Amino acid sequence: MLTIKNLHARLEEEPDTVILKGVDLEVPTGQVHAIMGPNGSGKSTMSYVLSGRDGYEVTDGAADLDGDDILEMEPDERAAAGLFLAFQYPVEIPGVGNMTFLREAVNAQRKARDQEEMSAAGFLKLVRAEAAKLEISPEMLKRFVNVGFSGGEKKRNEILQMAVLQPKMCILDETDSGLDVDAMKLVAEGVNALRSPDRSFLVITHYQRLLDYIKPDVVHIMAGGRIVESGGPDLALKVENEGYSDILKKSAA
Amino acid sequence: MNIMNDQKMILAQALLDGDTPSWGQPQRQAARERFLKLGAPMRRDEYWRYTDPSKFNQPLAPIEAAVVDPEVGDSGFGETEALTLVFVNGRLRSDLSDAIDIPGLEVTRLADGIEGSWAAEKLGALEVAGQEPVARPYAALNAALAVDGLAIRVTGDVPKPIHFRYLAEGADRAVYVRHVIDLAPEAALTVLESGAGGERFNAVIEVDIGDKATFRRKRLQNEAGADQVITHLFARLGEESALRSFTLTGVAGASKLVRNEAMIWLEGDEGSAHIAGGVMGDAKAHLDNTVFIVHDALNCESRQVFKNVLADEARGVFQGKILVKEGAQKTDGYQISQSVLLGERAEFDVKPELEIYADDVACSHGSTSGALDETAMFYLRSRGVSQDVAERLLVEAFIEEAIQEIDEEGPQAEALREAMRGHVAAWMSDRTT
Repeated sequence: MLTIKNLHARLEEEPDTVILKGVDLEVPTGQVHAIMGPNGSGKSTMSYVLSGRDGYEVTDGAADLDGDDILEMEPDERAAAGLFLAFQYPVEIPGVGNMTFLREAVNAQRKARDQEEMSAAGFLKLVRAEAAKLEISPEMLKRFVNVGFSGGEKKRNEILQMAVLQPKMCILDETDSGLDVDAMKLVAEGVNALRSPDRSFLVITHYQRLLDYIKPDVVHIMAGGRIVESGGPDLALKVENEGYSDILKKSAA
Repeated sequence: MNIMNDQKMILAQALLDGDTPSWGQPQRQAARERFLKLGAPMRRDEYWRYTDPSKFNQPLAPIEAAVVDPEVGDSGFGETEALTLVFVNGRLRSDLSDAIDIPGLEVTRLADGIEGSWAAEKLGALEVAGQEPVARPYAALNAALAVDGLAIRVTGDVPKPIHFRYLAEGADRAVYVRHVIDLAPEAALTVLESGAGGERFNAVIEVDIGDKATFRRKRLQNEAGADQVITHLFARLGEESALRSFTLTGVAGASKLVRNEAMIWLEGDEGSAHIAGGVMGDAKAHLDNTVFIVHDALNCESRQVFKNVLADEARGVFQGKILVKEGAQKTDGYQISQSVLLGERAEFDVKPELEIYADDVACSHGSTSGALDETAMFYLRSRGVSQDVAERLLVEAFIEEAIQEIDEEGPQAEALREAMRGHVAAWMSDRTT
C-alpha cells in the first residue's frame, strides 16, 4: 500500500533544518502500523510531507501509494488517490458549513475518480449514519467546520470525515492527544470499524494507551528523522515501561 | 491654491456643458452654482487620495432617450418578490414598470415636476447638508444634471420591496438619476437597486427617515455595462429609526471604477444605522466605499461592515468615518473593513477615522488584509477539494459575514441572502486571475 524509501525533507524557509533523514517504511495493504517516538523525531512532519503541506522540501527519497508517486501530486490529488490525514490540530473554518465541506470533499473525490456525484439524499443518509456511530449530533453537523467544537469533538469529526470519504490509506497524527479515555475509546471504535483487508492505517502517537484500543500489526520507533526500530505490539509496551533511551542508545551505537 | 481651484472649476464647467431637463428649477440652477464653487474633485483632495477622479472628470455626452428598449432581464434578486420600476437611460419607463398601488406609498416622477409638492422642499436638502464637513461635488453635479428620478413618500409599512432597475441603451453616455424619499413616523420601506445604468452612472438617494421608521436598501452592482459608477446615499435618521444598507459590488472581468459614498446623520435618540458591503474586484477594477456617519443624538448605534475580495490587479478602497458630536452620549459605533487578496498585484487601501467629542461612547474599528488562510486551504485540499473550490468556499465564507448584515427575518431576507451568495459564486468562477 504505502512505501516510503529513504525520505529526506527539510523546511523550505530554513534549509539547514533537515527533519526527515532517510525514512524507510512499508505499510502493507490491510495492516495497521504505529509510529512512536520522542518529541521532535519527525513524526508529524512525515504526515505533513506525505499529505502535501506547503513549507517542506523533499530533498531525496520517494513515497508511493500503490505504486503511484504521491510526492508529485497536489494535496487534493493525494486525497483522491486514497490518502487521508487525520490532523493533530483540526482546522476551524468559520463560515464554511460542516455538511457543505463534507459534500464538496466527497464529490470532488468522486469527480477525480470519474464517478458520478452522490445524490443529496444518499449523502445525507450516509453522513447521518456515520455521525450517529461517533455520537456526533445533527446540530454539530450544521455548525461551521470545527468551530466551537471541543477537542474531542474535533477528533471525532476527523474520524467522521474518514468514514465518509473511505480512504484506503489513513494516517492518524496524534489523534489521541487531548482526549480523555471515553473520547479516545469512541475515536478508536470509529477507527476499528473502518479496519478492512483493503485499508491500511499509520497511527502516529506518543502513548501506548491508544494502541490498547487500536491494535497495531507493527510498531515503529522514529528518532532523529528515521525509523530506528520496528517490531510487534510488544515494542510499544516496552517503550511505555522503559522509555526511549535504550532504543535510542542502541540505534546510535 | 488658486491654480488648483481654477482647474477644478474648469473641469466642473466642462462637466456641466450640454442641455439639461427643464424640471426642478430653481434647485437645478442652485446645484450648478454649488458644483462650480466646489469644483470637480482632484487627486490632490484628501477625500480622493486613494481613488483618482480624473476619469470621472472627462466629459461624456449627456444621455439621450433610448432608441431601442433594452431587455429588462433578470432582476438579480432571485426569488425576492418586488415591484419593479424600470429606468432606461435614467428615465422612468412606466410602460416597462409595475403599477404601484399600495396604501401608504406615494410615488411621483421628478420629471413630471415637483413645484408646490413636499418634494420641492426636500429635494437636494440632505445633499446640500452633506457638502459639509467634506465636499461631495459629484452629488451636486447630479443635482444639476439629473434627468429623472422619483419622489417617494411612505406613510405605512410597505409590504413589498420597490426595485429600481437601471437599464442603459447606447454607449459613451453619462446617466444622472436621483431619488428623494421621505418616511413618515413608523413607516417602513425596502428599496432594491440593480442594473448597470449607463457608461457613467451617477445616482443619488436622499432619504429622510422619520421617528421609528425603517429604511432598507439592497443594491447589486454586478452587471456589465457601466464603466464608471458614482453613487451617494444621504440619510437622516429620526428617533428610534433604522437604516439598513447592503451593497454587493463586482463584475467579473470588468475594470470598473466605482465610488459609493454614504453620508448618514443620526439625529434622533436611539437610532440605528448599518452600512454593509460585499466587494469583489478583478481585472483592474477600482472599487471604493466611503462612509461618513455622524452621531448627533443619545444612545445611537452605527455599524459598518465591508468585506473585499480582490483578485488580479484590482484595488479596493474603504474610507469610513465615525463622527460623534458633543453630547451624543452612549454612542455605539462599530466599523470593520477586511480584504482577501487573491492576486499578488491586488491592493486594499483603508482609512478608518474616529472623531469623538463625547466622553461616554464605545467606538471601535478594525481592518485586516491578506491572502486566504493557508492552513484552512490545506485542510480543505487534504480532503480532496480542489484549489479552485477551496478558494471559493473560503471566499464565500469571508463575504458571508457581510451578507449576514441583511439581518431582517423571514423568507424574503433569506431569498435576498441566497441571491447574493449566487452572485459571489458566479463571480468566483468567472473572475480573472
